Amino acid sequence: MGRFIAVRLLQTIVALIGISLLVFVLVRASGDPTLLMRSSVSTEEDIANIKKQLGLDKSQPEQYWIFIKSLGHADLGTSLLKRRPVIEMVGETLPNSLKLGLSSFVVSMVLALVLGVLAATRRDGWLDSGVKFLAVLGQAMPGFWVAIMAIFIFSVHWRLLPPSGADSIANLVLPVCTMSFFLLPGMMRLIRSSMLDVLDSEYIKLARIKGLPERVVIWKHALRNALITPLTTAGMLFATLITGEVIIETVFSWPGVGRLSVEAMMARDFPVVQGVTLLVAALVLLVNLLVDILYAYVDPQIRYQQM
Amino acid sequence: MTENTSEKAPRRKPVTLEWSFVIPVVVLALLVFSAIFAPFIAPYSPTKISLPQRLLPPFFAEGGSTAHLLGTDSLGRDILSRVFYGARISLSVSLLVIFITAGVGTIVGIVAGYLGGRIDSLLMRTTDVSLAIPGILIALLLAVALGPSFKTVVLAMSILGWAPYARLIRGETLKLREADFVAQARIIGCSPMRIMIVHVFPNVINPLIVIATMSVGLVILFEAALSYLGAGIPPPTPSWGSMVSDGRNLIDRAWWISFFPGLAIGLVVMSGNFLGDWIRDKLDPRLRRL
Repeated sequence: MGRFIAVRLLQTIVALIGISLLVFVLVRASGDPTLLMRSSVSTEEDIANIKKQLGLDKSQPEQYWIFIKSLGHADLGTSLLKRRPVIEMVGETLPNSLKLGLSSFVVSMVLALVLGVLAATRRDGWLDSGVKFLAVLGQAMPGFWVAIMAIFIFSVHWRLLPPSGADSIANLVLPVCTMSFFLLPGMMRLIRSSMLDVLDSEYIKLARIKGLPERVVIWKHALRNALITPLTTAGMLFATLITGEVIIETVFSWPGVGRLSVEAMMARDFPVVQGVTLLVAALVLLVNLLVDILYAYVDPQIRYQQM
Repeated sequence: MTENTSEKAPRRKPVTLEWSFVIPVVVLALLVFSAIFAPFIAPYSPTKISLPQRLLPPFFAEGGSTAHLLGTDSLGRDILSRVFYGARISLSVSLLVIFITAGVGTIVGIVAGYLGGRIDSLLMRTTDVSLAIPGILIALLLAVALGPSFKTVVLAMSILGWAPYARLIRGETLKLREADFVAQARIIGCSPMRIMIVHVFPNVINPLIVIATMSVGLVILFEAALSYLGAGIPPPTPSWGSMVSDGRNLIDRAWWISFFPGLAIGLVVMSGNFLGDWIRDKLDPRLRRL
C-alpha cells in the first residue's frame, strides 16, 4: 500500500508540473505575455513591473522557474480589474461553489442510489424505462438551456423561486435541481448496471437461500458490493461537477468560482482565469489521487495491477 | 411460370425500418442540409437588424405572425434564419474537432500500445492527466489568451479531447499486438512503423468509428456551452449557444429567443447519441461497457 501511494503521489506531482507547463506555454504562445497581464488602465510603470515579475529578460527555463516559485508561495498573481490578489478572490467565492457542488452531489447521489437500485430490481418495468428516458434527456439537453427554461417555468411563470442571486435557501433550489439533473443520469446508470451484475452473483443467491428478507439482501448485501465499481468514476464525476458549476453558476448569477472565471474571461482578466484554472486542476488531480487510494484500500487487487 | 416463382423463391427477409436508426439519421441529415443550404432556405439574413420588428413571438403564440415563424430576438433578427445558420457553426466545429481528436488519439494510442515500455507510460500518464482536467477551464483560458475565434474554439476542444481516443485505441492495440498475424508480420521482418500502419490501424477502425460517432453529441454540447459562456465564436456569427445566451435576460418577456436554439441543440445531440448507440451495436457491441 505504501508503495502504491508513493507511486501515485509521484504521478500526481508530475501531472501538476505538466499542467503548469501547459499554462506557461499557452501564455507565451499568444505573443507578448505582458499584453495579457495589463488592462487599459495599466501605466508604463505597471508594465515594467510585470516584465520584472515574469522575468521576461531571462531565458525560458528561468522564466518557468520564476512562475513555479510564485505558485509555490500561493501567489497566483493580481487581478487586472479589481487589483486584488487572485487567491483572495478565489477564497471568497469558493465556499459558495462548495455549497452548490456539495448539495447537488448529495441530492443526485441519494436519488441515483434509490432510483438505480429500484430500476435494477424491477428490470424493464415502468420505473426502469422512466430512468432510461431521463438519462437520454440528461445526456442530450444543454445544461444552460435547461437552467434557463427552469427559470422560465418556476420563476417567471409560476413565480415560485428566485431566478438568480444567493441570499437565501430558496436561491439554492433551482441551481441544485438543474445541476442534479445532469449528474443523475450517469450515476444512476452506473449503479443500475453494477447492481445488476451483483444481483447475479453466488453470494446473493446464498443470502436468499439463507432466507434473509429481500429488503436486507438488496439494500445491504447487494448494494454494498455494487458501490465499489462506481467509485472508480468518482474522479470523472468531479470533473463533470466543475463543468456544471461553471455553467450553472453563470446562468443563475451564483457568486462562485465558476462565475468568477467566466466574468474574468469576459473582461479579459487573464491572471484570474489562469489562477482559477491552475487551482482547480490541482484540486481535480488531488481528488483523483484520493479516489485511487480509497479504491486501492477497498479493493486490494488494484494495488498490484497499477504498479 | 411466373406464377410459381413467387412461391418457390426463398422468402426475402422483410425490410424493417429501424426507427432507432432512421430518426437520428433524418435529424442529422436535416442538420447537414440546413448548414449547406442556409442561404437558400433561410427567409432572412441572420444578421439583419430590424428594430421595429424586435421581440416578435413565434407564429403560434399570441401576437405572432407567419412572417417570422419562430419570432425575432431583441435586435429584430429572425430566429428561424439564425437557427439555420447556426447549424453551420455546430457542424463545422464538431466535424473538425472530431477529425483532429480522433487522428491524434489514434496515433498516440497505437504508438503507446504497440511500442510499450517508457513511451507507453509517458503517453498514458499524459492521457490520464488530459482526461482529468475539466476542458471548459482550459477553453476559458485559451479564449482569454488567444481571443475568441473559430481557431481558438477548435484548439480548446482538441487540446484535451484526444485523450479518450488514445485510451481506447491503446487497449485495442494491446490485444492486437499479441495476435498471430502481427507476430507473423514481425517474423518476416516488417518494421514497427509498417506493422502499426498496415496491420494494426485497419483493425482499430471499427472501435474508432464507434467512439467518433458517440462523441458527436458531446462535442456539439461543448461547443454550445463555450458560445453560451462567450468563449466561442464571436458575434455576430449566429451560433446556437450564444443565441440561448441572448435570451437569458429576456426570459420574462421573450422565451422563444432561448427556447428554439436550445431545442435544436438537444435534438441534434440526442440524434447523435442514438446513432452512436446504433452503430456501436452493429459494429462492436463489446464497447457497450464504455
